[in-house]
Amino acid sequence: MEANILPSVKTQNEEIILSTKNASFFYHDKTAVKNVTLNIKKNKITSFIGPSGCGKSTLLRSFNRMNDLIPGASVEGDVYYKDQNLYKSSIDPVKIRQQVGMVFQKPNPFPKSIYENIAFGPKINQFQGNMDELVESCLMKAALWDEVKDKLNESAYALSGGQQQRLCIARALAVFPDVLLMDEPASALDPIATLRIEDLMNDLKEEYTIVVVTHNMQQASRVSDYTAFMSIDRDRIDERIGVLVEYDETIKIFTNPKNKETEDYITGRFG
Amino acid sequence: MNMVSNKKRIKNLLSFFHSTGMNDFNEKVMKVLLFGCGVFSILITVGIIISLFSEAIAFFARPEVNLFTFFTGTTWRPLSSNIVPENFGVRPLIRGTLMIAIMSGAIAIPLGLGSAIYLSEYASDRVRNIIKPLLEILAGIPTVVYGYFALSFITPLLKTVLEENLGIDVNFFNALSASIVVGVMIIPMVASISEDAMRAVPRSLREGAYALGATKFEVSTKIVVPAALSGIIAAFILGISRAIGETMAVSIAAGSTPRMTMNPLDSVQTMTSFIVQVSFGDAPSGSINGQSIFAVGATLFAMTFIMNIISQTFIKRFREAYD
Ligand SMILES: Nc1ncnc2c1ncn2[C@@H]1O[C@H](COP(=O)(O)OP(=O)(O)OP(=O)(O)O)[C@@H](O)[C@H]1O
Ligand SMILES: [Mg+2]
Repeated sequence: MEANILPSVKTQNEEIILSTKNASFFYHDKTAVKNVTLNIKKNKITSFIGPSGCGKSTLLRSFNRMNDLIPGASVEGDVYYKDQNLYKSSIDPVKIRQQVGMVFQKPNPFPKSIYENIAFGPKINQFQGNMDELVESCLMKAALWDEVKDKLNESAYALSGGQQQRLCIARALAVFPDVLLMDEPASALDPIATLRIEDLMNDLKEEYTIVVVTHNMQQASRVSDYTAFMSIDRDRIDERIGVLVEYDETIKIFTNPKNKETEDYITGRFG
Repeated sequence: MNMVSNKKRIKNLLSFFHSTGMNDFNEKVMKVLLFGCGVFSILITVGIIISLFSEAIAFFARPEVNLFTFFTGTTWRPLSSNIVPENFGVRPLIRGTLMIAIMSGAIAIPLGLGSAIYLSEYASDRVRNIIKPLLEILAGIPTVVYGYFALSFITPLLKTVLEENLGIDVNFFNALSASIVVGVMIIPMVASISEDAMRAVPRSLREGAYALGATKFEVSTKIVVPAALSGIIAAFILGISRAIGETMAVSIAAGSTPRMTMNPLDSVQTMTSFIVQVSFGDAPSGSINGQSIFAVGATLFAMTFIMNIISQTFIKRFREAYD
């Protein structure tokens, strides 16, 4: 199976911010994802789609070394952020995570006030500027300011799920990242809150690179510029090894996929 | 053959019990039995409280005693002599008790919290599985052993360090030595309850903080500890009420001299050590001396009861925290 498909020639002169080269991921002895090579473009939205368990989250979490937190997780091959090889021993994952931020599937605000949620990241990173202004600008960027400006000192738990998720996005922005990794950021939200998150992603694209995992085909086609379709290796189906099947501009993946499996998946004939 | 028929009989018997009607009956019997157990333990507790307070009331009803001077007086002299009458001012005992509670808390709280953070955030599963049972062993050592450890090891150590080298007087029975062993004694409790509270903090909160570039230390101290704070405070309070109630080790190591002192190297008497002292002696029941221990006991009961209520409210708050 040809897994290492790069985006078409037309876009090759755009800047690449994240990439993997023959990267494989393991949990203990089990191979979760095998041999992924792909380049992610700066200031674009790239979505990862594919059936459950094919390793989308695993791949996503390698870009800020969140996999390090899972006992038994390991990597072979290379993962790059700009020109840094992320899994080299000289790399400090703490520094990487300030530049490559993350938003999770389930909103996970801290049990603190709205203000403190945003201020937490800047504080631990020795932010010297005006904290009030930073909090305001992050909440503005996350399209939450108008809803919370009068209750910044109230608990973040008093917000709705969609508001909490936007708070988590604002919180991630407060440490000035380049990249936002989002693992199914809207799957716990209702359709209206989902659309708001998608609008927000579109706005954020100007300043940030976004990589988003989603199970929602419409969402991938609506928001993303590039789409990577991952699946289970057909040749060794019992081992459930994730592979990258096809990676291209979103419009091509959804209108003219090269691979039969991709076509089946996006048209809902998968399985 | 006999075996077979026995088996058959048991089987019949079992199926008899398992038939619906019998099941219903069993359920009812069990319910009544278990209800009885609950009522029994409540009755015993109520009985203890009644006898404690009725003796205490009898004590306060005596002409020699006065409720006000009991709580404000600074001299505790339960036995009269030819020269001086008895005097019941409970404050020296309360001060001795609090002094040991505070000093042992000062030892157990930082060390217990430190071990809890280590166990919950840093230790691998393997290390945790070794250390936790060890902590529980520490918690299971009889307290009288701690008392003799204080007398035979801690006190001589204090004497060498403070008296011989620095010229500070160290009483053979002293509050510091008792506080050190009581502190060590309650570390496991503080550590284990705090660790439970910290482990209950959802993983997603830790991940959220790591994703912002927090170090492990920052995640532990700025996210996990604050999120588990009410549970941790409950652990502190329970630990301190254990120190307040501790009897054996304190009687052995701190002596039995009721004294309004602030010097931790002096001998003091705590409320509990007064109670054992009188209990081991031959004060006749109904005598003023015999009754005084109930007054002290009731005071002690009120103190730890209030502390336990405070810690229960903290525990409740922390249970509700992440729903
Ligand atoms: N913490 C873990 N420990 C062991 N194996 C894991 C762990 N996390 C994931 N895996 C395994 O790695 C493989 C890929 O999982 P991953 O979560 O990356 O898939 P996914 O594509 O994100 O799935 P989903 O769409 O359900 O979120 C799966 O086979 C999974 O069982
Ligand atoms: Mg996933």
